[in-house]
Amino acid sequence: MEKQQSVVFDIERCKGCELCTAVCPVDIISMSEEINSHGYHYAEVKEQKKCISCGMCATMCPDVVIEVYKEE
Amino acid sequence: MKKVAGYPDSLTDKQFHYCPGCTHGIIHRLVAEVIDELDLKEKTIGVAPVGCSVLAYEYFDVDMHEASHGRAPAVATGIKRVHPDKFVFTYQGDGDLASIGTAEIVHAANRGELISTVFVNNAIYGMTGGQMAPTSLEGQRTTTSPFGRDVKEAGFPIKMSEMLTELDGSAYIARVSVHDPKHIRKAKKAIKKSFEIQLEGKGFSLVEVLSTCPTNWGMKPLDAIEWLKNNMIKTYPLGDLKTPEGVE
Amino acid sequence: MGKKTLMKGNEAIAEAAIRAGCRYFFGYPITPQSELPAYLARKFPEVGGTFLQAESEVAASNMVYGAAGAGARVLTSSSSPGISLKAEGISYIAGAELPAVIINIMRGGPGLGTIQPSQADYFQATKGMAHGDFYLTVLAPSSVQEAVDLTMDAFDIADKYRNPVLIVGDGIIGQMMEPVEFKDPIDPDDLPKKEWATDGAKGRERNIINSLALDPHDLEDHNLKLKAKYDRMKEEEVRYEELYTEDADIIIVAYGTTARIATSAIEMARKDGYKVGLIRPITLFPFPSDIINETADRVENFLTVEMSLGQMVEDVKLAVSGKKPVHFYGRTGGVVPSPEEIVEEIEKIGGER
Repeated sequence: MEKQQSVVFDIERCKGCELCTAVCPVDIISMSEEINSHGYHYAEVKEQKKCISCGMCATMCPDVVIEVYKEE
Repeated sequence: MKKVAGYPDSLTDKQFHYCPGCTHGIIHRLVAEVIDELDLKEKTIGVAPVGCSVLAYEYFDVDMHEASHGRAPAVATGIKRVHPDKFVFTYQGDGDLASIGTAEIVHAANRGELISTVFVNNAIYGMTGGQMAPTSLEGQRTTTSPFGRDVKEAGFPIKMSEMLTELDGSAYIARVSVHDPKHIRKAKKAIKKSFEIQLEGKGFSLVEVLSTCPTNWGMKPLDAIEWLKNNMIKTYPLGDLKTPEGVE
Repeated sequence: MGKKTLMKGNEAIAEAAIRAGCRYFFGYPITPQSELPAYLARKFPEVGGTFLQAESEVAASNMVYGAAGAGARVLTSSSSPGISLKAEGISYIAGAELPAVIINIMRGGPGLGTIQPSQADYFQATKGMAHGDFYLTVLAPSSVQEAVDLTMDAFDIADKYRNPVLIVGDGIIGQMMEPVEFKDPIDPDDLPKKEWATDGAKGRERNIINSLALDPHDLEDHNLKLKAKYDRMKEEEVRYEELYTEDADIIIVAYGTTARIATSAIEMARKDGYKVGLIRPITLFPFPSDIINETADRVENFLTVEMSLGQMVEDVKLAVSGKKPVHFYGRTGGVVPSPEEIVEEIEKIGGER
């Protein structure tokens, strides 16, 4: 099976608060240039391969935007 | 791939109305995760407060009551007495619980009501526009303490959790914070413990969660996190303040 | 129906509540209704009921809100200043459309007033117990037996409309001893299940007990739905008693204890040749306006007698709609009018005989 993304952002729920960006130990979360339908620059991960599936971002997110997956 | 973090079953899919970076959302998620983990969804009745979390009944996917300001513990008392076999919790802010609702929380705790309270303390009235709360810190600027809270005029930051530990009816009282993932995990553990205390019939339980209000504190969300860490915890120290005998 | 027992009004109301299948009481001590909670505290353990003395009337009424939303038949009782405090919870109970029964054994006011009997809470009971566009069903017994019967009916009316029902008595009704007969008790387990109540959303959509509707159009719709209930009450629940109305040219309108005193006055006046009758509202809301309006076509004068400065008289005037003069006689502050005083008023209206 093809490797899926480790971290999935529901960008429509994101309010761009950036709390996730500060807790990522591998520093791969950035804010988008684009805005979602609510007008927020949303958090995104461009280098999925670097994600270590630690779940810190999802733990910190106040809007339940983030799902994290780990290799079994 | 195994999902290690995601959307709890006990939250509806409605998007929170909270301001960007407000940590109410984290606390909602923790409560829902604990309801899921303890398999309580079909036996839970929650009580929402007045304040920013007034719409909590739209988010928790369980039976809910919306109470009047400060009265959630009284409403929960009525519910629990009718359904002693169900799980009943209140979700209240500091304006609600520590000001207008002091009598209700004190007496619910003193009666040892078998309810669990999640007490979100962000040291300010959020919904009404950033007024001083009884929990506001000394010197804290708010719309009704524009020169900073003067304790000579306005009294001192009220330590509800410490007060409640003195009552014989309270079984478990803890104060936690959600300013970083490590503390969020501790907060969840405390909420879980408090829910279990009710299920085991040990008495009243309350978890005070230090929370941010970036909008009314006038800060960016990340700055609000820092302010909580550097200022609130000094006034409101973290930890299990009261634990029943035989409970870790 | 059982045999007759001599009972104090407050205790008889409490017994009637138990027989109506009520198993939850939340209250706070206040004179002159104290025997009612005391009776329940004593008797509830026998039937598995929950008696809770709350920290305040505010808390008690919010406990009622919780228990009613959780599906129970629930009672609270108080007296005037305590009802003012309970008004908060009662507004939420009405807004969230919950059934509950509230007893007000009225005493003189305003403020702390007195513990003596009064009917000065008529406005509060019928015109705006608290904030918002709502009414309570208001029942006004004039004897201990009627207090018993109305208490049992009150729970049914509350359930039928999902609306709080208020029973107003005065200190005399509460303290007086009279022989009473009770209907057979209802087992609360036999009552129909309230599908809207919160009891844990097992195998169903979740239930929400709420009075918040931020969108004004939603709240207007909700208020109109409430109004439809009030209109239905006006169709189906109006109760009153008539006495000597067939040949009367003066009609006294009085409720509760005052109606009993007025009845004595009417008997005295009739001996002197005055054709006086009585219309006694039993429901204060919905108010028996139609019968008063119809009666106005054939009588000459109305006299409203109250233990207040004149509150119900406003509704009597509205009902009479200017067809005939509406006079008023009242004693207030806890003073009870005597039959002789009422006869004097009849003489003033009816002229010398």
